[in-house]
Formats: sequence, structure tokens, C-alpha cells
Amino acid sequence: MNSYYDPQDLPKFAEIGEEAPEIARKFFDYYQAVFAEGELTEREKALIALAVAHAVQCPYCIDAYTNTCLEKGSNKAEMTEAIHVACAIRGGASLVHGIQMRNVCQKVSL
Amino acid sequence: MNGFQKALADHQLELNRGRTTTLQVNVGRLCNLACRHCHLSAGPERREVMTRQTMEEVIRFAGRHHFSVIDITGGAPELVPDIEYLLEQLAPCVQATMMRTNLIALLQEERRKLLDLCCRRHITLTASFPSVNRGQADAQRGNGVWEQSIVMLKKLNELGYGRPGSGLDLYLVSNPAGAFMPVDQCTAEKKFKADLAGKWGIEFTGLFTFANVPLGRFRNWLEKSGNYEDYMQKLAGSFNPATIKGLMCRSLINISWDGYLYDCDFHMAAGLPCSGKPRHISQVEQLEEGGAIMTDDYCFACTAGTGFT
Repeated sequence: MNSYYDPQDLPKFAEIGEEAPEIARKFFDYYQAVFAEGELTEREKALIALAVAHAVQCPYCIDAYTNTCLEKGSNKAEMTEAIHVACAIRGGASLVHGIQMRNVCQKVSL
Repeated sequence: MNGFQKALADHQLELNRGRTTTLQVNVGRLCNLACRHCHLSAGPERREVMTRQTMEEVIRFAGRHHFSVIDITGGAPELVPDIEYLLEQLAPCVQATMMRTNLIALLQEERRKLLDLCCRRHITLTASFPSVNRGQADAQRGNGVWEQSIVMLKKLNELGYGRPGSGLDLYLVSNPAGAFMPVDQCTAEKKFKADLAGKWGIEFTGLFTFANVPLGRFRNWLEKSGNYEDYMQKLAGSFNPATIKGLMCRSLINISWDGYLYDCDFHMAAGLPCSGKPRHISQVEQLEEGGAIMTDDYCFACTAGTGFT
């Protein structure tokens, strides 16, 4: 094994069900239902997935949802904006914890 | 047996010619653009253009058969000398005549006469317009093409094209700007209609979304960019047996710029003649139903998802 991540592993995702088929079936059924058109379009859901993929930094998901976004009709500008949303939330989540730092500082400082 | 024939066999399907109702005439590979997805590698340097003599043979061929639709394609049909003559002669033979346009060739002032003819003969225009996004469109078709396309679409709207009730149909064609599958046609049409109307006040009749066919310039790009194998796998993996019945090759015959018969424009690009042997239209008296249609692995582009009809 040269790398922990291999693009050829992505199409094998369903093999994860071999040891626990019933649980896997429930997961994949749920997964499919989540991405079906609802109050949000499939295109919008794919953009959310792309943003989340960057937030959780999953190379498989980034590969898959970049292609899905293009195939659902999103363009690079829209996809870039979606990633900035993820970036803003991730960055904001770090920064807002600075208030905790400030509270601790205040408590222990003269 | 090629991969496509195997897929047909696996689904117990055959691909045979039905009644031929559409005559597609490819008038040449000359084009003012050199789009990166072009299966014909058409461009400004190409010299293959239909002559007046071949046009006369096409007109006689159309007269011997009962087609419902004439579909004029290229290259850029607008650049072909005598294209007006061909359209004038063919249009009365059928219920509907369609001409493909890249929009930019039609924008030129010297096409005024051709545009007048299109309006007068109610010729449906089918225009390449890959994306409402300037960057994606220009990456596929060349810098500045998107902006000129918007100008031409507005001009066509002014002439009545794409306006409801005008009788002048304007269809747009969107091919993906890369090695990925096309957007679902209904979804894309809604978005294109909303974006074009909302941002530029442009109307059109309908949108077709087609997969890029791995031939010509597009195949060269796939190979150079290392995308060829993945793309072919993607097309084959998206094989939809339900598309076979409605495939355009079942009801269409293609004539090349030099007057030879092909099952479709892609086979013409690949040099795969109808029935496997070159036949000139001057030698063809009858188009028989039931004959086997030629296939190759690039046919998967027409059967992926909702298909190429």
C-alpha cells in the first residue's frame, strides 16, 4: 500500500456492506433518500455535500461531489462559493472559541 | 464483438434501422470556431465543404424518399457557399427543416440573406450554447464566444426566434464542458430559461443536453489529459437499455459533405459507413427497414442516462 487513499477504492464503497449487510442497506437507502429531490433540488444538495466534503476533508467525497455538482449543472464559480461557505463556518467555529479563551483569561488574570 | 455490442447482447437487445424519417446532411467540416469537444475536429483550417453538385444529388435523394425532417449540420453550415440554395430546395420536401448553428457564424453581417431565408421558411435553429456560465462556455468554445452568443440570441429573439407563437423555433444544445455526464435535460432547461430570461431577457423554445462523444478533438483531449479510460467507463457504466428504442440512428440517415451514407454523424466522423461499406447517395434507390446499425464503443455516449435521441 503506497497511500492510505486510492481513487479506485471509491467504487468499492458498497463492499463495506459485506460484513454487516442489513445495517449497510439501511445506510445506503437513507443516503439515497437524502439526496433525492425534495424541498431542495438535487443540484442544491450536491453543492451542500461538496461544501461538507471540504469541511470534513474527505478526498473520496470531494472527487465524487465535484463530478456530481458538474453533472447537476453547477459551475466552478458556484462550487467555489459553496466551499467558501464551508471555510467560513470552519474558520468562524475556531474564531468564536476565542471568546472562551477570553473568558478564561479574564477569570485567571488580575 | 465491441463493448457496445456486448452491452446490447447482455440485455438481449438489437439495434436495427426502423423507418427513416430524418435526413441529416453534414455540409462540411469548415467552421469559424474550433470547439474542444468537437467530434469532427471542425475548424477554420478544414476544407471539406459540400459542392453544388453534391447538393444537387442530395436534393434528388431527398426527392426519392419520404422524409419528415431535414437536419442540416456541419461544421458551420452558414459558411458553406450555396447553403441558401440547399435549404430553399430541401425545405418544401419535408414538414420541418432544422439547421445547426454555432451562433457566431450567423452573427456576421453577410449572413443577413440566410437569416431572412430561415425566417421565411420557418427553419428551426438549433444553437450550441453549452453553459450560462461564461467561463465554462469559453473554455469549450474559445474566448469571447459566450458574449457573442448572447448578442446573437438577443438578435434572434428580435426576429421572433424562440418567442412563443412566432412559429420560429430556437433550440439550444448544451454539451458538458469536460469529461463528465450532461445535466438532466428538464432540470437544465429550467435553469437556462430562468437565467437567460432573468439576466439577459432571452427566450428559447427548448434545450437539449447531450453527452460529449469521444471522437475527434474531444477524444484527443481526453487522451492527452488522462481522462479517456475513466470517461469511457463512465459512459459504459451509465448504459440505459431503455434508450435503444428511441435512438436517433434508428430513424435517421446521415449524408457526409461528399455524399456518402452513414447511420449517424458520429460514424461519419469515425469513417464507419452505413452497412460497413461506402455507398454514395447517387447509387441508393431505397432505404430498407430492419438492417443492422453499425456500432462502436463511442455509441455509449448516446445510451448514457436519458440518451441521445
